[in-house]
Amino acid sequence: MHSVTPVRTYVLIWVVLTIMTFVTYGVAQIDLGPFNIVIALAIAAFKMTLVIWFFMHVRTDSPLTKLFVFAGFFWMAILFVFTLGDYVSRAWMPGGKFW
Amino acid sequence: MADTHAVATGHSTDHSPHLRHHFDDMDQQFDSATFGMWVFLLTEIMFFGGMFGAYTVYRNMYPEAFASTSAYMNPLYGALNTAVLIVSSLSMALAVRAAHLGQQKALQICLLITMFFGICFLVIKGFEYHEHWVDMKVPLFGGHWNYSEAPQFAHQAQILFCFYFFMTGFHAVHMLVGLGIMTTIFMMARKGTFSPTYYTPVEVSGLYWHFVDIVWIFLFPLLYLIGHTRHLV
Repeated sequence: MHSVTPVRTYVLIWVVLTIMTFVTYGVAQIDLGPFNIVIALAIAAFKMTLVIWFFMHVRTDSPLTKLFVFAGFFWMAILFVFTLGDYVSRAWMPGGKFW
Repeated sequence: MADTHAVATGHSTDHSPHLRHHFDDMDQQFDSATFGMWVFLLTEIMFFGGMFGAYTVYRNMYPEAFASTSAYMNPLYGALNTAVLIVSSLSMALAVRAAHLGQQKALQICLLITMFFGICFLVIKGFEYHEHWVDMKVPLFGGHWNYSEAPQFAHQAQILFCFYFFMTGFHAVHMLVGLGIMTTIFMMARKGTFSPTYYTPVEVSGLYWHFVDIVWIFLFPLLYLIGHTRHLV
């Protein structure tokens, strides 16, 4: 049967998630130019990974489930790359520079 | 009755009453259920992914207009709601753990805590929507809209607020569905349905709850923290 994760681990993940929320808020108050959005999304992706890996137990799930979780985000990456590859390369669209 | 079932399926009768006849054992049934839930969540990822993609395209087109809307977003509400959802995710994870260990009382308490914080989230969101309405920043339902503070962005900023209301609105609908699911799971837990060999519904509902949390983890920086360092308005 599936192993039981200790309460310590869950609480630790929660502490990290909460700290990262404060960090996101704090970093947004500093002007870093285009890096504001980069850092904000990197922190969000990190938080998401923690939630998926520990809270959603993908850590202990079957390899098939792991593959599907990865495939889901890979598919979304295709959505973004193809869509933005089109819009960003159209010189006549407003907002030519990418953030 | 049980004997007829055993003869018909060729299974022995000494298994959990929750084991469906098309599964070999409880482990396989559990893995299939979580896998199936993940397949559903992938469709949810694409559902929200489409909105995130469209948001990205328009933010790239009108970065200044999008940044100007930050004057009307209260990031403290957003951060507070992020914290509230993360706490609810923690109690959800602990509820699944309690169900796995057969701790009935802890399971029910954790589910109630999860629901409490879920309701807190929606109440805070409601206060925010009210503030947007008072500020006349609701370009929906025929337009409750006034952007005279930065008239050059009056049209483009409507796009961001439409994204804001649709994305947070769909997220709130998911929260309501999640609360309904948690109510059902709580009723089942009270009846003593769950045991260390059968807690699949708790686990699968937990996956849904955590997914809704993840959506908010991305909505918070994208909608609330766009342009705090730029003073355009």
